[in-house]
Parts: sequence; C-alpha cells; structure tokens
Amino acid sequence: MDHTAAAVAAEARGDEQSPLALSASGLAVSSAGDWLALLKPRVVGLVVFTGLVGLLVAPGHLHPVLAFTAVLCIAVAAGAAGAINMWYDRDIDALMRRTARRPIPAGRIAPAEALGFGVALATASVLLMWLATNTLAAAILALSIAFYVFVYTMWLKRRTPQNIVIGGAAGAFPPLIGWAAVTGSIDLLPVLMFLTVFFWTPPHFWALSLWAHGDYKRAGVPMLPVVAGARSTRRHVFAYTIVLVAVSLLPWALHLAGAIYGLAAAALGAGFIVGAVLVLRDRQDARGVSQTNDAPARKLFRFSLLYLAVLFAALAVDRLAG
Amino acid sequence: MAQPPITPAPTPHEAITDAALAKRRRGRNLAMLVALLALAALFYAIAMVKMAHTGQVP
Repeated sequence: MDHTAAAVAAEARGDEQSPLALSASGLAVSSAGDWLALLKPRVVGLVVFTGLVGLLVAPGHLHPVLAFTAVLCIAVAAGAAGAINMWYDRDIDALMRRTARRPIPAGRIAPAEALGFGVALATASVLLMWLATNTLAAAILALSIAFYVFVYTMWLKRRTPQNIVIGGAAGAFPPLIGWAAVTGSIDLLPVLMFLTVFFWTPPHFWALSLWAHGDYKRAGVPMLPVVAGARSTRRHVFAYTIVLVAVSLLPWALHLAGAIYGLAAAALGAGFIVGAVLVLRDRQDARGVSQTNDAPARKLFRFSLLYLAVLFAALAVDRLAG
Repeated sequence: MAQPPITPAPTPHEAITDAALAKRRRGRNLAMLVALLALAALFYAIAMVKMAHTGQVP
C-alpha cells in the first residue's frame, strides 16, 4: 500500500495520525467544485432568472440589499432541493450516463453528507428569506422545496410518466416568490407567470427525454417515451406547446402587460409551435423511432431554454418601460 | 496451473495523490471562508437596512 492509500485507509478508520484525517467518508476526495455541482448550478440559473423577473415586475419597492437576498435565497433553495434530489436519486444516477459522474455516484461525496448539506442550505434559505422579506415569500419558498423533494423526487418521478407535468410546478414557484417578496401578496400576473413556467416544463423535458430515453429506461424511470413511446411523446409535446403559447399570451390579453411583451410572446410562441411541429413530423420508422437522431427534438430543447429566458426578459422590459 | 494475481482497479481514493488531496482540501477551506465572510456581510447589510427602515437605529 503506498503512502496515499495508507493515509486514506487511516482516515477511513478515523485515525488521528493521518495527515489528511477529515471523516470516515469520501470527504477527503471532494473538491469545492463537487459541492457546487450538488447544487445543479446550470439548472438553477433559469429558475433564478424567473424569480428575479417576478421581483422586478412586482409593484412597489424593495431595498436592493433585500432584493439581492431574496434572489440569493431562491438560488440557494433551488440548489438545496437539487442536492437532496441527488441524495435520493443516487441509485438511478449511477445507472444513467448523463448523471453517473455526479459527486455521489462517483464516490466523491458521501450520501449522508450531501443530504445534510441540502437540508442545511434549504433551512437557511427559508429562514433568511423570512428575515429579509416576509412570511409569505418564505412560506412559498419552503413549499417549493418540499414540492420538489417530496412530491416530484420521492413520489412522482419513479411512479408515473406525468412526473414532469405535476412535478414541474416546483420549478414554477420562483416568479411567485419574487413577487411575494416585494408585495407580501399574490396577484394574477405572478400566477400567470407560474402557469407559463408550469406549461413550459413538459415540452422542454419531453424534448430532452426523446433522445435521452435510453438512460431513463436503464434506470427504470417511467418517462413518457419509455412508457408511451416516442410517437405519443411528440404528440404530447405539441399539445403542451399549444397550451403554453395560449397561457403566455394571457398577460397581454388581460392588459397586465403591454405591446413589447405581447409581440415577444407571439413571436416566441410561433417559433415554439414551429419547433413542435417539426418534432411531430420528424422522420421516423413504424415504431416512431427517429431517423434523424432526434435532431428536431434537440433543437426544440435548446430553443425552449432561449424561449423562457427571452419571454421573461421581455416581460421585465415591458413592465419597467411602461 | 497457478492463477495470475488479481490486481484490483484503483479506487477513487487510491488514484489521488497527497498533493492533490491537500489542494482540494485547501480549496474547500477557502470556499468555506469566503462563504462565511459573505454571509456575515449579508447579515450585517440586512440588519442595517431593516433598522434604517423601521427607525430602530440608536
């Protein structure tokens, strides 16, 4: 056994003499980047942006320090929920190519430590939101974490192909939280923003699952393409896209937003529908398997990210300019 | 016939050198320091804003 292995073994025994003694776990091999990766930073970005827009379009004023704290709390809470999700899903993450290198399945962070990290950050984010803003914003933040962890991760994800539809609500809460942080109440516009993200989530994730369903199948996750097939999934993507575009136009139709938002929603919605039609008409065999390596679905997935970011940016510009 | 000795694949632990472990540990400690300082600064700023808004500044 070489020196390093001896040090690690001593550490695993809890030997005080080890120069690297930290704990009886994989903590010694984790880097700060591994702990950051537990927070799913790439997923959190868009979530935080929708929360920021909720905060910007709300009537009233929130001190910049408190506004920054509110956005930070949304980011930390989303990351904490992601860490708890990684703790719970560590068995299936190890089976999927896309997730096998995550810190827990790769053995760089011990599961119990990831859980503790997630719970601590979740608790801290809710308390800080309560201290900095108000009870309603903190309560919705707590609800969004609980919804993602208990309803989506633990209950729905492994049981039903509708996991994304219902579970998607967890990612739709941030605009409500941002609005509530400023006003201490909920109005129609943030509810419509919630519904926009809610109906955006299924076509976004189903587009991804159309080409990543091998991973889900291996892990036994009943995503729609695994359970109902690719052809049915493409029809679902199209149907939800129509609902999404209709909902996204409501703020303009109900005079809650002006022409800038209305034009952006119409143009982006048209683009989304065209993308969904291309997915629907993708060249496929008798079983619905794509002959183009799911090129239209990949394009729609990328466009959906741009769609939500630009749509919410347009809403912010519209309200701030108006 | 004698079986060839089986050499187990290195675990993630064994594949990392002392220097790399120490570097990671230092990185984690620095990240923790930055996070704690930032949190202290944030609590201070929130307290100042709250006191100014509620008129509780001594």
